Amino acid sequence: MSSQTDIGGRLAAGLWKDNPGLVQLLGLCPLLAVTTSFVNGLGLGIATLFVLTCSNMLVSATRRFIRSEIRIPMYVLIISSLVTCIELLMYAWFPNLGRSLGIFIPLIVTNCAIVARAEVFASRNPVGASIVDGLTMGSGFALLLCALGAFRELIGYGSLFSRLDMLFGGEPSPGLALVDSGFLLAILPPGAFMSLALAVAAKNALDRRRQLAQQVRGSRHRRRAR
Amino acid sequence: MTHDDASAGSSIWRGGLILGVLAALCTALVAFTHRYTAPLIEANEQAYLEQILRPVLGGIEYQDELSKSLLVLDLPHDLPGNEAASIYRVYADGEPAAALFIVSARQGFAGPIRLLIGVKVDGSITSVRVLKHKETPGLGDLIESSKSDWLLQFDLTSLASPVAERWLIKRDGGDFDQLTGASITPRAIIKAIKETLIYFESNQDALFSAETTKQDDQP
Repeated sequence: MSSQTDIGGRLAAGLWKDNPGLVQLLGLCPLLAVTTSFVNGLGLGIATLFVLTCSNMLVSATRRFIRSEIRIPMYVLIISSLVTCIELLMYAWFPNLGRSLGIFIPLIVTNCAIVARAEVFASRNPVGASIVDGLTMGSGFALLLCALGAFRELIGYGSLFSRLDMLFGGEPSPGLALVDSGFLLAILPPGAFMSLALAVAAKNALDRRRQLAQQVRGSRHRRRAR
Repeated sequence: MTHDDASAGSSIWRGGLILGVLAALCTALVAFTHRYTAPLIEANEQAYLEQILRPVLGGIEYQDELSKSLLVLDLPHDLPGNEAASIYRVYADGEPAAALFIVSARQGFAGPIRLLIGVKVDGSITSVRVLKHKETPGLGDLIESSKSDWLLQFDLTSLASPVAERWLIKRDGGDFDQLTGASITPRAIIKAIKETLIYFESNQDALFSAETTKQDDQP
């Protein structure tokens, strides 16, 4: 198997088939709590992507020394120091975003998606593959955060992409104000659960439809063969 | 790899050694990052403090860094709120010009509301800002100055105008506008501002002559 199809397969798994948020339902605490706007989702998504990729890389690089009895403390050490570094860098470079995300940056430590990838993938695969796995799984998580953030911001505030300056600098920007006020429930915690439920349902519906289409195509094929 | 009794002891030592080396490496990484980011973070916090204090300064040209005039009152104190209160004292030409209070309104709809209140030496308010709150989005959160100009009605008010009995929302027979759908939040804020003004009136001299509080954490 060429390495290209492997990357393609990993990408499909991370973004869709095994999406950490949509399918494995991991890391729901930050996922539900910070996605009140697109920029929050994007900020935490990038931070998580970075931590996941680096932790996969380090766990994979040290996997020769990892013994099953001490593997959990090793993961915890690696992940927590990476997250501490990220938090410091965030407050140094993007102070506004850091204040907006607040406690959810240190809480990346508790995102089980990261420990899960270390245990399931990085501790058993070479460094390159582990980095690819971290990038794809992290992207899947980040994309879901962005999508939920955009959805909730759109429904709840009636705007999109507001305060992107927190990440990219410049003057505070209101983003696209589409309507004056929104449907507040989307911003509140129940709205977070409903939005995630809608996202999971939409994914399942798409999968089901594709499966049905394949079955129909398959049976037609068989009939013709007869 | 075989794990018999003889190797169990050495395996514990090896595991400990591996963990120790990893811990040292990770600590070094964090320490290095900290050393690199510490000055940046401090500069950011200073800039942020000046940025949040500026709107309630009322155009007063102050001297020195504001963080050097901080006075922190631990509980119990006579200012509103169940948390420590911070006061930044502003001097112009060596004379006291204003005091910036960071206090909490206790009875908000969802927990305390952290307020920043600027008071000039003549007892009038320069401006009021909300620093932190958990009020309902769309109703109580209109107290944020970026979402509505409700808070701006307190600019230039004092205990003399309106008189102390009229420090209520209009529905309760006072002078201040309410917020549609939220009356608990405005009541809490008005009460906290009034209590701050009363405190300032009776403690003004002691306040400006008190020693600066030395501490690292800021609001």
